[in-house]
Amino acid sequence: MKWVRAALVLAVLGSALACGSKLAVKPETLFPAGNEVAGWNRTREIRTFEAGNLWQYIDGDAEKYIKAGVQRTLTADYRYQNRIDAVVDIHAMATAEGAKKIFESESSVGSQAIQLGEAGRLYGASLVFWRGSYLVRLVAYSDAPGTANALVELARHIDERIRQQGIR
Amino acid sequence: MDDKRKSNRREFLHGCFAGALVLGETWKNGLLRPDHAPMNAGAAAKSRVVIARDPMLRESGASLDSGRLLKILDRAVQSLYDRDSPAEAWRSVVRPGEVVGLKVNCLAGRGISTNVALVEAICERLQQAGVPQKNIVIWDRLNSDLESAGFRIATRPAAIRCFGNDAAGYEDELAVYGQVGSLVSRTLTRTCDAVINLPVLKDHGIAGVTIALKNLFGAIHNPNKYHLNVGDPYIADVNMLPAIRQKVRLTICDATTAQYEGGPSYMPQWAWPFNGLLVARDPVALDYTGWQIIETKRAEKGLKSLQAAQRTPNYIATAADTRHRLGTNNPEQIERVEV
Repeated sequence: MKWVRAALVLAVLGSALACGSKLAVKPETLFPAGNEVAGWNRTREIRTFEAGNLWQYIDGDAEKYIKAGVQRTLTADYRYQNRIDAVVDIHAMATAEGAKKIFESESSVGSQAIQLGEAGRLYGASLVFWRGSYLVRLVAYSDAPGTANALVELARHIDERIRQQGIR
Repeated sequence: MDDKRKSNRREFLHGCFAGALVLGETWKNGLLRPDHAPMNAGAAAKSRVVIARDPMLRESGASLDSGRLLKILDRAVQSLYDRDSPAEAWRSVVRPGEVVGLKVNCLAGRGISTNVALVEAICERLQQAGVPQKNIVIWDRLNSDLESAGFRIATRPAAIRCFGNDAAGYEDELAVYGQVGSLVSRTLTRTCDAVINLPVLKDHGIAGVTIALKNLFGAIHNPNKYHLNVGDPYIADVNMLPAIRQKVRLTICDATTAQYEGGPSYMPQWAWPFNGLLVARDPVALDYTGWQIIETKRAEKGLKSLQAAQRTPNYIATAADTRHRLGTNNPEQIERVEV
């Protein structure tokens, strides 16, 4: 029976590795580096929060992401033409349903639909979209003229990277 | 802006925001005083909640006019304490020799955190009331939260200090009340004699609203454990922990920008320029008043009430109940003053 037990262990390990391979697409590679998108520069290193410590980043909001199956959240700060600061959050969920669930749970009042990912909304100084198991949010600390267009441009690059890396 | 004020501001900036980052200094012990008035003391009569607003608070764009901000701060604090000058009013808050903690709320980054300009104004007035820079401590949960909101970490003992609980650490012994058991920030227990609570006015996806009472979640090591049941009774219970109950003297809620949906994270689409401050000694009365402001805005924007959204902040009533007595949520016992 030893070989049966060993086979079982191998099967479990294989399964675990298969699950892990879902994260083989490294979400940090989805963040454009400095000057990859015209006018945008990353101003702070990418910070990563696993589901278990997501509260340290968004205490009070973390629960809804955890319920929806978040695996990891990555965030980075950006600046546009030295005048608009923004933050980009990429939530890597376990499933596409989880990303969609968060997206659909939020009010669309005051937004306009945009062609990004499976669905996206632009609110002027913020933008959210989902593709596959990723939920992406961009928030600007300014509503200066040009903010919305600049956010959309940055979001398009992130969306394209997700698409190129394959939808999980 | 007169020269004296310019000078104070320069000193403040030099001391706190332009200082070198030096972590790991020794922490002051033995400062606890048992005779501190609790934060709801004086609530035997009506609890006064002062709302000071200025529609011209913002300069061009989104930045605040620091001169106007100082004026509404003065109006609010003088009205709360019935004093003729800002210095007199601030001397009612803090006694000579006390170390004053300013508990800011920086969780959501720059968009909807306690404004640096407001903290500067408070530091200026504290110094004019006789509190030296070395006796002022700006603190929150994490150094990174403070930095995200625009503060600079500063630990030089002779100047205004600014650091997170992650740098100062937590007590080793659990503090327990009701349903909560937490390690309390050493900044609160060991460094500060008195605390001025500086929350922001915003919606909270779980607790309904997060204002004065909820901001003290930033004083414990495990706030993530207490988001069950719309935060009730946990938020009220946390405010019963002795160090919090005995040291928080005053709440100045930064409502220059407020948020009626999507909190606690910053969501600009649901934020609005309230252009004001809410000031009270009674945190329950302040929270009740702030909650009504948020409900009014939600209704104006066509959103469900928090009750309909199943996020009624019942913890406010719990904080007022006979077991907690942290203040009043009875509108008839709240004197709302607009200046």
